[in-house]
Amino acid sequence: MSQPVELPSEIKVGNVIDEGHSLASVSDKIAGIVLKRKTTFGWIVGLLISFAVLQSLMAAATMLFVKGVGVWGINIPVGWGFAIVNFVWWIGIGHAGTLISAILLLLNQSWRNAINRFAEAMTLFAVMCAGMFPVLHTGRPWLAYWLLPYPNTMDLWPQMRSPLLWDVFAVSTYLTISAVFWFVGLIPDLATLRDTSKKRWQQVLFGALALGWRSSARHWQRYEKASLLLAGLATPLVVSVHTVVSFDFAVSMIPGWHTTIFPPYFVAGAIYSGFGMVLTLMIPVRKFYGLEDIITMRHLNNMAKVTLATGMIVSYGYALEAFFGYYSGDMYEKYMILNRMTGPYAPFYWCLILCNMITPQFLWSKKIRTNPLILWIISIIVNIGMWLERFVIVVTSLHRDFLPSSWSMYWPTVWDWATYIGTIGLFMTLIFLFVRVLPIITIFELRMLLPGARVKEPVAR
Amino acid sequence: MSEQNESLNLTSIQNKLEQAKGSGYWRSLDELASLDGFKEFLHREFPRQASEWIDDEGRRNFLKIMGASLALAGLSACTKQPTEYILPYVETPEHLIPGKPMFYATAFPVSGIANPVLVESHEFRPTKVEGNPEHPASMGAADVPTQASILGLYDPDRLQSVSYIGEIRSYSSFLENFIGVLEKQKAKNGAGLRILTETVTSPSLGAQLQEVLKAYPGAKWYQWEPTGHGRRMGAQLAFGQFLNTTYKFDQAEVVLSIDANFLGNGPGGVKYARDFISKRAVRGGVRTQSRFYAVETTPTATGVKADHRHPIQPSHVEGFVRNLAAVLAGGSPSADAPVPAEAAKFFGALVKDLQAAKGKSIVIAGEDQSPEVHAVVHYINQLLGNNGTTVVLTASLEQKPTDQMADLKALIADLNAGSVDALLILGGNPVYNTPAELNLRGAIQKAKLRIRLGMHEDETAEVCQWNVPEAHAFEQWNDVPAYDGTISIAQPLIAPLYGGKSLHDILAAFTETPEKSSYQVVREYWQAKHAGADFDAWWRHSIHDGFVKGSAAAPVNATAKLIAPVAGAAAAAGGYEISFHSDPYILDGRYSNNAWLQELPRPISRLTWDNAVIVSPKTAKELGVSDEERVSIDFNGHSAWGSIWQVPGQPDGSIALTLGYGRRRIGRAGNGAGFDAYPLRAAATPYFARGAKVTKLGETFRLAAVQHHFAMEGRNPVHAGTLDEFKNDPYFSQRQSELPPKGLTILPETFKYEGYAWGMAIDLTSCMGCHACVVACQAENNIAVVGKEQVLNTREMHWLRIDRYYRNEVENPQTYFQPVACSHCEDAPCEVVCPVAATETDAEGLNNMVYNRCVGTRYCSNNCPYKVRRFNFLLYTDWETESLKLQKNPDVTVRSRGVMEKCTYCVQRINYAKITAEKQDRKVQDGEIVPACAATCPTQAIMFGDLNDPKSRVSEWKRESTNYSLLAELNTRPRTTYLADIRNPNPDVPSTEARGTEKNS
Repeated sequence: MSQPVELPSEIKVGNVIDEGHSLASVSDKIAGIVLKRKTTFGWIVGLLISFAVLQSLMAAATMLFVKGVGVWGINIPVGWGFAIVNFVWWIGIGHAGTLISAILLLLNQSWRNAINRFAEAMTLFAVMCAGMFPVLHTGRPWLAYWLLPYPNTMDLWPQMRSPLLWDVFAVSTYLTISAVFWFVGLIPDLATLRDTSKKRWQQVLFGALALGWRSSARHWQRYEKASLLLAGLATPLVVSVHTVVSFDFAVSMIPGWHTTIFPPYFVAGAIYSGFGMVLTLMIPVRKFYGLEDIITMRHLNNMAKVTLATGMIVSYGYALEAFFGYYSGDMYEKYMILNRMTGPYAPFYWCLILCNMITPQFLWSKKIRTNPLILWIISIIVNIGMWLERFVIVVTSLHRDFLPSSWSMYWPTVWDWATYIGTIGLFMTLIFLFVRVLPIITIFELRMLLPGARVKEPVAR
Repeated sequence: MSEQNESLNLTSIQNKLEQAKGSGYWRSLDELASLDGFKEFLHREFPRQASEWIDDEGRRNFLKIMGASLALAGLSACTKQPTEYILPYVETPEHLIPGKPMFYATAFPVSGIANPVLVESHEFRPTKVEGNPEHPASMGAADVPTQASILGLYDPDRLQSVSYIGEIRSYSSFLENFIGVLEKQKAKNGAGLRILTETVTSPSLGAQLQEVLKAYPGAKWYQWEPTGHGRRMGAQLAFGQFLNTTYKFDQAEVVLSIDANFLGNGPGGVKYARDFISKRAVRGGVRTQSRFYAVETTPTATGVKADHRHPIQPSHVEGFVRNLAAVLAGGSPSADAPVPAEAAKFFGALVKDLQAAKGKSIVIAGEDQSPEVHAVVHYINQLLGNNGTTVVLTASLEQKPTDQMADLKALIADLNAGSVDALLILGGNPVYNTPAELNLRGAIQKAKLRIRLGMHEDETAEVCQWNVPEAHAFEQWNDVPAYDGTISIAQPLIAPLYGGKSLHDILAAFTETPEKSSYQVVREYWQAKHAGADFDAWWRHSIHDGFVKGSAAAPVNATAKLIAPVAGAAAAAGGYEISFHSDPYILDGRYSNNAWLQELPRPISRLTWDNAVIVSPKTAKELGVSDEERVSIDFNGHSAWGSIWQVPGQPDGSIALTLGYGRRRIGRAGNGAGFDAYPLRAAATPYFARGAKVTKLGETFRLAAVQHHFAMEGRNPVHAGTLDEFKNDPYFSQRQSELPPKGLTILPETFKYEGYAWGMAIDLTSCMGCHACVVACQAENNIAVVGKEQVLNTREMHWLRIDRYYRNEVENPQTYFQPVACSHCEDAPCEVVCPVAATETDAEGLNNMVYNRCVGTRYCSNNCPYKVRRFNFLLYTDWETESLKLQKNPDVTVRSRGVMEKCTYCVQRINYAKITAEKQDRKVQDGEIVPACAATCPTQAIMFGDLNDPKSRVSEWKRESTNYSLLAELNTRPRTTYLADIRNPNPDVPSTEARGTEKNS
């Protein structure tokens, strides 16, 4: 136990939160976004656009269910196209949330507090988008539940050797933990909303969701414990989910897939794209909701640094992939990497290198890291780059594998695009609803950052 | 039923009344009433069958018919769907065991030449064609059109009713009208009567035609088929008489093919392939090979198997054979037509080889070559002493061999003179496939009455008033000779689906009323030929066997003369040469509505659904065009628009055009596929022409090829070598790819295959890329047709594909074929990745696909290094069309959308044999299980059997030193292995072999 520290009544907590905030002002500001702020025209337009885009998913899925997966551009040899590209992309995006909420919590990174709620919500929505693809991409989606190990009269179990089955477990666990973590973290804030709201229906709604939270010390003690436990559970998931997703490729024998570097490289890529997406969403939200004082430059700076670091790991992955292609001496591997660089999909590969290897280098500059507009543009490039990476891995490996006679090309159809863009619509719709109805920033955690928030006697843990 | 007074029964009276129109109606009825028969009919009140009630036999028949007509009454009477009952047979038809197929011998004639077959029939529903193993021309194998013939039977676009100017009529109303016409013609001695048929070879049909001509001396019978002139007229030129030529490839040490695609194609192709490969296969200690030279105007599946193949411009062919004849006769090449540079390289070696193998060589000219070339080739064979030894001449198999071009011109002259009252077009599609400048289409309409017997409502049907549906070969009695004259008495497998009539039926109507059935005609003909007490036994025996034993045509002696070159044959120079070739599958267009054939990749171009403007890469460069770019070819005032397709090995400066495409009216599969090259095929230049103009149209028209990459990329999927290499180092093939030690696996050896261990070996030396196996697999395994759009996206469903690879220079590459189907790996990569365990290897090593369990993740296909799995991306199987349902093999699941499928080694056949063996308490014997592909392979390149039986032939094959696994380095332990492709190039010919320096196409 450390000695009690005499805290000054005013303290500068770096620039995690700007000066001038008090306990009440923080609550008012964040809760006010939900409770007091008028539904703005911008929000309605944004939601409507997102919802309209979501309809393309509806149309594409309907078409898919009626006609079959043949409405997409997939073929033999390229049996997986956009569906798997998008699945991996969305799952990757999800990773930032878990990393921020779990790992940074364990590492006691106070700057995470302003962004974790949002990032967790993003995780949840991204995993929802991702989770749809494995079902949609099956030839007979109405039988996709056969991938679940459920007792049945045929006494048939799924095949435990298949990475796709590991995916089922990994992704469903991930979704469950993320949802629970997110909701548990929401409880104190829901109680705040219940207590601040003036309207009866809001009080009832938030009251029900707050599960009788009374802010008692016992509640807090249990809450802290639960958070830590969940963070402990979620931490391995950050690593495991994308590792398992990478197994889909690494376990197979296709040149370009069969690579031992895939697990770490996929995890780094996931965090990279996840932070990219957090930046993409956070920068506008911060601007439109006037949260510059709560989501400060320090946040952007830190996120940019993480992006840079993971971007470097990913770049290392690309370099090694190319090196091993050459060094293995295996003609299939050699051809694979050569084909990526010079084959029909070479523009995709070089775009990917541009997006993921070159662009992050700008983040070495502090000027750029603290310029929200440029940072936002870079974050979008990162997202595109990571999507291209998955496209290159999935398509260029499959389209030319062992026997030259079966080499072919894959081009997405309008339904591929509609499905993809539709999930972006779904994601954005959920984000819009989230920012309107729930506090996008953890109120109580922010308050803890404020001067005088901590009791003088540290709570025994 | 009594045979007398057949003419008067209820149906015919109804028909007669039906025909009557307007005011004639009453008069007809009056007339009808005055007939004696009608009075009797009225008198008996009931249709006359009623009196048969007393007779025991007759009563049964009557009840049957009554039952049938009651059932039919239900079908036609109301709009409501009739209740259908599933009833067991009261009396099981003889030999029928439900679920057990029966096989009937019959024949499928193509251009009058029988392909002897056994047709598999499930509860009297023909489903699959196999070669007739007892017939010398088949020996169990069948070619592509024959394999696909079963789909032709069930073609939903077949002409389904008799029609008169578009109105549906009954056959009896046609007959009445027709007999009326005949009666008028009788007075004119039939002077206004013209009959146009395809080549007639059926003896009974020939006799019928002669009878018709006797009864109507003024009538004329013409024959026309767009292909086969060269061969027919070539013999006429050389010998002064029409002769049929057959070859004994099993005795030929040196073979020279002049543009001949004789392996597995055309008359005797199946037999020739078997014989030819018997001299080529290097297995079982055989260390010799015949030598095969080919000179070709466009690459064919046969030619590319040659030890030395040289592309040659069509206009140089005649010069080449004349020079060869001159040199072989002891002279020297003619100065004005020197041996073209392309062929000079091997000319000397060829001459030496041929001279060394006198009496043991064959020079054969192709279908698409001119009579002159054929005539010179006959002369060369005579010089080499082959006639009578390896080349057998017999009397023509045709009933009236004739210059069909002259026939056609005579008919058109008759038509234009307006002297034709009635024209009968019995089979064929002359409006589509005759030279455009003769304008048969216009001339035909000058005939007052035009009657057409045809399978489809096609271009010819369009200009005919009466259209009568033609019976399919499996719906009629017929007698046709095989390539060597062996007569097959073909029996029907099923009653005509759409009331189709055969030529016999129509011709019978000329002379007798009511007309005899085709059964009677054929039987009576042969009864006259084979009179005697044993006729019944002989007849039954012949039908059972599918052919008349010992009926092959007798060899004749004839002397060929060297014909003089036609003066002025050299036409205007400049422009490009165009040569015309019939398609290897749909032939002259006659099978263009057969979707299996349309979707079957062409062996060389790998194209489906379209023909193309075939040019060499160099010519394409010269023209400034690339693949799929559309060009217009203008010649003789006509033009054709087609897409460019570059084919290495095509002679520079010459364009190969495939006939049979660009159909306007045929059906759902043929309409709009490809472009029509017939308009460019002038009557004077039906083989090739010079001076064609090619114009870029500046647009592209996509072509659906199933293979886009033709080089082996140093991966050596095909192990190949020369005979000398093989003799020096029998294990040369093992050195052409990396082989991991068998123990190199981290997986424990958990399973020993102790019962049967099924496996397959494919001899690449024997495979000649004919694709009969692919279409046999399609028929056997209910494989869906996907259509051009899907093939464009490489989603074709064939379980078995034949890869084609090039090696060495682009101008004239070495070409290799490799059939690839599921290899049934013991360590199958597909298996471990399936999340629902829908594909599993069984205890006998079969990699089984469980359709019911498959959810369609396609992971198995992604992880398959051979890419042999096929996925139902959409609902490819036609569940709607009634007639196609009849074709389905009941022993094989019909797959639906979203399910993966692949080769099963014909598991239904394996299990059938296993059940049979188990019932007899024995093991399955070698050769008892033959997968569909192996069964139909003309060269027996595919061997299947039990690997645990060291004496099985497949085990023997696998012990060959040339045996290798495809992608062995992946250690998947495939059960299908390959024997390396071995060729026998002449060491004297400057080698272009340079292994490792291959170029992309």
